[in-house]
Formats: sequence, structure tokens, C-alpha cells
Amino acid sequence: MADFKLELVSPERLLLSEQVSEVVIPATEGEMTVMANHAPTMTTIKPGIITVKTVGGQTNRYVVFGGFADILPTGCTVLAESAVPVSEFDATLVERRIEAARAELEQPHHGDEHRTKIENFLSELTQLNETVSG
Amino acid sequence: MPSLKDLKNRIASVKATQKITKAMKMVAAAKLRRAQEAAEAARPYSQRMSIVLSNIAQAVGTDDSAPLLMTGTGRDKTHLLVVCTAERGLCGGFNSQIARFARDHIRKLLAEGKTVKIICVGKKGYDILRREFASLIIDRVDLREVKKIGFENADQIGKKIIGLFDKGEFDVCTLFYSEFKSVISQVPTALQLIPAAVPAAASTDTGSAAIYEYEPDAGEILSDLIPRNISVQVFRALLENVAGEMGAKMSAMDNATRNAGEMINKLTLSYNRQRQAQITKELIEIISGAEAL
Repeated sequence: MADFKLELVSPERLLLSEQVSEVVIPATEGEMTVMANHAPTMTTIKPGIITVKTVGGQTNRYVVFGGFADILPTGCTVLAESAVPVSEFDATLVERRIEAARAELEQPHHGDEHRTKIENFLSELTQLNETVSG
Repeated sequence: MPSLKDLKNRIASVKATQKITKAMKMVAAAKLRRAQEAAEAARPYSQRMSIVLSNIAQAVGTDDSAPLLMTGTGRDKTHLLVVCTAERGLCGGFNSQIARFARDHIRKLLAEGKTVKIICVGKKGYDILRREFASLIIDRVDLREVKKIGFENADQIGKKIIGLFDKGEFDVCTLFYSEFKSVISQVPTALQLIPAAVPAAASTDTGSAAIYEYEPDAGEILSDLIPRNISVQVFRALLENVAGEMGAKMSAMDNATRNAGEMINKLTLSYNRQRQAQITKELIEIISGAEAL
């Protein structure tokens, strides 16, 4: 199978840079699988799990909290706001974010659009929490 | 003329000080290495971010759909200055350098009749700017408790800035920090955050920018991207600041250690001289006493 280069970058560090054969990205408009020679695409990411299939057939999973992906035929760059391997993942992280989002929702001065955004974010987080812990 | 005992005490106290400054220098050196590593690790992200940003900005163009954060409000009346300094002193001219740079800028803006608002990040800058511009400081961010600066800290500041912008509190936002050139040289820098100066697309592979597919559309991605970019810029500034602070602290402490060494030498010299003088005096007393017999 053709392979391509995946780079997973968080603001703190370069998490991953290697040849992979397949990546599943939780894009905002639905999950998408990226393989080699994908059309150039730019998409935002919602909180979720990125599944990486390496050339050796190994599968690695990472939890990300939003960000965006830049896909080219020759490679894919994922800029994640925060990314951790599932094995090192700590459920309290999600819970803390959920709490923060809830607290923000309770503040009355937001516009409707902002509220919808936070509500969406909240439901995505809750979903993620269920997937990880379940 | 200080007595022998005084001199001895002083030498002991300078030696103790020297030990402290030496230890502080070594701690700063270790922290500097870590800060440099952190700054380097953060570089790929901000680089890619600016490439992506310039790609999208090209695709969207500068029509009306471009978000306000990028185009600005079209006015130039109220300026928000975010001044990032260190939380601790004892690092040479590091803090006062940034503060002086910001102060000159503020004076210039005030002279032009603009309204200025200040957010202070870090305690030292707040202490300095408070003397002159206490009424202009609208907020301060305390990173004292933070051991290692993470993206979250920067994100909070970024969100704060954007929140103020959405409320129409200011038109132009500038970030002040110290750029880390080398261990001995930190240059105070001003960076305009809003309206965002989009980096010019110059990289080689932007030829493919035109055929990008956007999901959702480019404008929406852009409006998601720019706030992120602000946080990233703040993050980068904070990291550079930490590295600069540690570099400045290291050289300041190195100087202090050397000065203490010089002082000890001088004090030891006068201590020895005085001791010698006393011995000679005692000898004279004994000899003249013996002669008198």
C-alpha cells in the first residue's frame, strides 16, 4: 500500500512525524480517512480520536482537542490544539474541559451564535469522554 | 578603619553571597536549556500555522467576508498593549528593558491623542508600568504559580484579548515581549496581533494553494484559525520571554559572582595587611619594652 508522511503537531511539541498508510481524522463535518494521494484539503477538527495506521500495520490512537488538518497528496499535517496518545490519556482532562465549557455556558452575556458553538463543543467532548472511557 | 574582626565578617558574608549567586547562575543555566528546548519544540507548530494561514488568506482574499480580527475595525483610536515580562527580578535589565520599550510606545501613542489600554503579563512589568500608567492598566495576568508555561496559559490570554475585541474595547492590539537572540542579547519587540499581519505567502509549495478543498468553507476555517493564531503568537512570545529571562539571569548572576570574587580579593588583601600591621606593632611594643629594661 502506498504510504505518505503524517505529522502530528501540538503547540508544545512535534508529536509524530513518520510514514503511514492510513489516518482517520475526526473532521468537523464527519470522520474522514486519509490515504496517500488524497486531494488537497483543509479541514477543521473536532475533539476526537485520530487513528493512525503505520506502514508496519500497527495502529496508534491519539486523542485531540480540536485543531485543523492540512492534507496534500504527499502528506498530511495535523495541527492539534492538544494531542496525547490514548494510552497516556487521562480522563480527568476531558472532564475538566467539560466543566470549563459548562461554566462558560452559564454566563449570560454570550450571543446566540457563541452559545451554539459552546453547546456543540460540549456535546463533542461528552461524546469523546464516552468513547474513551467506554 | 574597620577592625580585623569586621573585615573577617565581611569576607564571610560576601562569600556567602557569592555562593548564592553561583547557585542561581547554575539554576538559570539549567532552566535556560529547558526553555530553549521548549521554544524549539513549539517552532514547527507556529511555522506550519503561518504557512496554512497565508494559504487560506490568499484563497479568501481581502473581500468583506474576511473576519474582523484580520482586517481590523478600520479605526485606529484605541490601542491595547499586552506587555509580557518576567515574574521575578534578579535578571539584569531584562524587565526594565521591555518596560522602557513599552513606555516609550505608550507615551508616543498618548501624544498622538490615542486611547491606550494595557494588559500586564508578569508581575515585574506591572510594578514598573503601574508607577506611571496605573489608570491605563485594565488587567493583569499572573503566571507566578505556573511552573512550566503550557499552551493553555497562552490560550487564556488569547481568549481574553479576543473577548475584549468582540466587545469593541479596542481597535489595535500589540504584543510586547523580548525576543531571544542569544544568551547575552534579548531584544524588546513589538508585534501587532490585531489586525493580524498575515505572513506573505512565499514558500515553494504554495503553488497548490489554489486547488485546495475546504471543509467547511475557507472563510469559516479562517475565522477559526485566526483566534488560534493569536494564542499561538502569545504562546511563542511567552516562551521566548522565559528563555530570555533565564539568559539574562544567567549573565547577571555570572557578573555578580565575578564581582563578589573581586570584592573578596580586595577584602582579603586589606585583611592581611592589617593583620601584618598589627603583628609589626606588637613586635615593636615588645622590643621597645625589652630595651627599656
